Amino acid sequence: MSDHGTLTSPEPLVRADARLDRRRRFGSLFDAPRAGRVGVLLPPLDVPEADPAALYGKAHRPGVEGEVEASEVDVVRHFTRLSQMNFAIDTALYSLGSCTMKHNPRINEEIARLPGFNDTHPYTPEHLSQGNLELLFRLEEALKVLTGFQRVTLQPSAGANGELTGALMIRAAHVKAGNARKHVLVPDSAHGTNPATAHFAGYSVIELASSPRGTVELSELEAKLTDDVAALMITVPNTLGVFEERILEIAKLVHAKGAYLYLDGANFNAFVGKVRPADMGVDVMHMNLHKTFSTPHGGGGPGAGPVGVCPSLVPFLPVPTVEWSDGAFRLEYDRPDSIGKMRAFHGNFGVLVRALTYILSYGSSIHEVAENAVLNANYIRKRLEPFYHLKYEAPSYHEVVFSDRLQAAAGVHNIDIAKRLMDFGFHPPTMSFPLIVPGALMIEPTESEGKDELDAFVDAMIAIAKECETSPGIVTSAPHTTPVGRLDDAATAREASRPGNFAPVLRAPVR
Amino acid sequence: MRYIPSSPAEREALLAAVGAVSIDDLFATVPRAVYRTERPTLPPPASEIEVRRDLGRVAAKNAHLGEWTSFLGAGLYSHHAPAFVSQLLLRGEFLTSYTPYQAEVAQGTLTAIWEFQTHMALLTGMDVANASMYEGASAFVEAVLMAERLTKKRTKVVVSTGVHPEYRQCLRTYLVNFPFTIVEVPLGKDGTTDAGALAAAADDATFAVCVQSPNVFGIVETWKAAADAAHARGALAIGVVNEMFSLAVLEAPGSAEIDIACGEAASFGLAPSFGGPLVGFLACRDAYKRQIPGRLVGRATDADGRSGFCLTLSTREQHIRRERATSNICTNQGLFALAATMTLSVLGKQGLRETAVQCLSKAEYLKAAVKAIPGPFSVAFAGKTFNEFALHCGVPVNEVLRRAEAKKILAGVPYARLEPSASAYRDLLLVAVTERTPRSGLDALLDTLRSF
Amino acid sequence: MSAYPDDRRYTRSHEWIRVDGDVGTIGISDHAQKELGEVVFVDMPDVGEIFDAGQEFGTIESVKAVSELFLPVAGEILELNKVLADEPGAVNEDPHGDGWLVKIKLSSDAEMDSLLNAADYEKFVEEEAKA
Repeated sequence: MSDHGTLTSPEPLVRADARLDRRRRFGSLFDAPRAGRVGVLLPPLDVPEADPAALYGKAHRPGVEGEVEASEVDVVRHFTRLSQMNFAIDTALYSLGSCTMKHNPRINEEIARLPGFNDTHPYTPEHLSQGNLELLFRLEEALKVLTGFQRVTLQPSAGANGELTGALMIRAAHVKAGNARKHVLVPDSAHGTNPATAHFAGYSVIELASSPRGTVELSELEAKLTDDVAALMITVPNTLGVFEERILEIAKLVHAKGAYLYLDGANFNAFVGKVRPADMGVDVMHMNLHKTFSTPHGGGGPGAGPVGVCPSLVPFLPVPTVEWSDGAFRLEYDRPDSIGKMRAFHGNFGVLVRALTYILSYGSSIHEVAENAVLNANYIRKRLEPFYHLKYEAPSYHEVVFSDRLQAAAGVHNIDIAKRLMDFGFHPPTMSFPLIVPGALMIEPTESEGKDELDAFVDAMIAIAKECETSPGIVTSAPHTTPVGRLDDAATAREASRPGNFAPVLRAPVR
Repeated sequence: MRYIPSSPAEREALLAAVGAVSIDDLFATVPRAVYRTERPTLPPPASEIEVRRDLGRVAAKNAHLGEWTSFLGAGLYSHHAPAFVSQLLLRGEFLTSYTPYQAEVAQGTLTAIWEFQTHMALLTGMDVANASMYEGASAFVEAVLMAERLTKKRTKVVVSTGVHPEYRQCLRTYLVNFPFTIVEVPLGKDGTTDAGALAAAADDATFAVCVQSPNVFGIVETWKAAADAAHARGALAIGVVNEMFSLAVLEAPGSAEIDIACGEAASFGLAPSFGGPLVGFLACRDAYKRQIPGRLVGRATDADGRSGFCLTLSTREQHIRRERATSNICTNQGLFALAATMTLSVLGKQGLRETAVQCLSKAEYLKAAVKAIPGPFSVAFAGKTFNEFALHCGVPVNEVLRRAEAKKILAGVPYARLEPSASAYRDLLLVAVTERTPRSGLDALLDTLRSF
Repeated sequence: MSAYPDDRRYTRSHEWIRVDGDVGTIGISDHAQKELGEVVFVDMPDVGEIFDAGQEFGTIESVKAVSELFLPVAGEILELNKVLADEPGAVNEDPHGDGWLVKIKLSSDAEMDSLLNAADYEKFVEEEAKA
């Protein structure tokens, strides 16, 4: 990966044999029968052996047919080989916009694996869990400092779950005030989770068209902000990477109608330590700890989605909260207006440990995260502007959203550019949204990249832009160097949709 | 700062390149009234040495299961995690990648998810399983919502009180804004859900009938009773499992006409981690696959015929269907679904069975010994159990815990902690064992009970 | 010559209807299938269901998009194109023929006049592309 900055010629990247044909070694463990192999040894049974068949009678099951039979060697090799087919932040810049793919410090992993945290049960009595409760308390305090909110619940399992927690609290507050209201306003640039969340909280969604700058249009907001609106859900900076310059006026308008201002904190990385959301008039905000606070993305989770709230929403927080009194920490369940529980136990505790470790590591320097993330995105924007179309020209914060408009003329689309980027050793940008930018290429470098890596990425993007003019075929047939080429996902979706057809498309068949 | 590569000189070069004099220029569109020029009021940056000292002290204040003999379960069971699992999870390619939207550079994650789907389907006896849910309680809620979508215009869900109280609490939280009624059906004397009451509670407005087995008191339920109660009224039957090793010795929900299985798969190699992150699952019959919430991976081929995997049926999801999505779930439990997959792979058919038999045997040994103790303790229910049972205490439950703690034993979970309002069960202590519990630990608990 | 057969009428939401007596056959236009990309699934109504003109009667999906299907005129669902369950790609291959979606019994007050003829529909598609 070290020399990808010099790969300006496409030649080395399109060799027919460049793709490693390791199908035999990269199949599924379910593909290769290894009957009779064993992977574990248990201690000798030190009590009389029970006979499940005699005990359960008709309800007895003799075993799980079709399960894997393999040795530890087979299993370790299989998963190690699988790992080698993944792209990761640990290898290079991961430009997937909106996902904040920053470096994951390993001290976080080490602390989360301390047996005193990792090997503790959630129903351990409180006086024997004081360390865990202290950790939760301290993380809440740190997030309060960074957000300005009155309280923060740490329970939600991920960002979308945090959104739902926030929306349910808003609803509960309106119900308590005598009118649940009907609608939630969501800008057309929003993440897909926002409208989905509003729906699951019992609200219908009214979409706000963005201004030519890509921000909330105040006249549009005023027109749609009726007494039936429960909340406005916005993202700051929004999915275009643009800061809502008129956020204070927006908050005033929303509050004047008795509605709440919900902030999707997915992009908190752009202003952590620089702006406290509560100061902007935000009433409730979730944070994605796996984004701003560097807990690992793990191939799709786990995340954690703490939610901060203004004083008027505190009574509605999920139970339990962590309280300090009489020299000890305790879990408080006696909160009559609480929305209840969002999940079993106390949240994704292991993720919370990692986040606190990260916050302590940065401490009062945490604003440097936002500063460098924004600087890096602006540098990429500056260098790529001559080569890619920028639909919205408002200043960029943590990410920049280009489109494929210039390349589409040559028949090359964002998906092709994304796939070609893989050949240069980088993870593609986000393309599925914002919906208001057709052919979007949403690039978020994060603060984890130095100038050398940024330059290598930019050079690759420029090289691809040139290929689009000189040899578009190389781009539209990319990637050429990955373990598989473009997969026929339409054929897979058709197979998977077909009634009665589930193996082997959605799982292995029972041999 | 050590996690930011740019040196001060590089930072200046970048600033110059973008045409800014200072960092503040980049934040020019932030209203000045809220823009902070002073540092956040947090302690100074901490080195690894300091963080390790600080949080190491915090961790040391907890009772952890490596040093204590634990009988804690109640929905989360501490099984052995093979050594290689935590080490392979630390591989950066797994740890620091994200949702496999770009299949060509994510075949590792995609293959593992497809294997997870297979394991969950095999264990539950279902046709199809998804790529994981957050944890058992939200998986249960998602299953209920899925049943509602599949039955159209019905308004009632029947839930056994044998379903974990926190799962039922979550259901109330999530359903509060839907026009649905939740009817809870009590348990009979033997600790199983009263089949008659279940059938009587289900009516033509019912969209789902839900039972958990083993239930929260560890009692093995009859799946068929729930399936019959549901199907007689055109509703779907939901089976909840949160001790997955039970499925190596007990009938699979899918073999007993249950329509959707869901629950918690943390038993497979996950550390309890004070209750999270865990890994929920949801599996169902083929006919219902288009209403599954969350991600699904399918087998695919490329233009040259190479076999691979990709995300599929994505049109169910929030990033495409937005407010009409099957769920708002986005990030799920990728890394821990991988941990469960690795653990299941090495356990295999034989390891699953042996572990289950050990769990069962140890619980049976403990139950038999408790019954033989003259005094204030008894096994609360006559129903069959797997690795957990409810101990009826004729002395205050907290006194039992306290006396056990003196010997570094966590004796169990007082049921009152799960559901304080259930006064009929306030004298019950839930006692769970796993293959990690040695006989000496079982005997030490028995000695404590004999001391009353 | 128009790309769209003139034996039928079109909607502004890109469905077509061809009427034979009191039975209407309904599909999506060639333009619509191109915009959607490879069709992977069609979610159909039940036979016997009754819909108003402009009401959603199903959805059609490609890998990365879902479109609602709107009935051009009021009617009752008579028949579904069963081929699509196994071969949804027929919508792409022959949108105006074998890739039809449903047949309906036209309601007595079915209103055809507001629908577009082939030439007007083609103009409409061109204008939409410019917008």
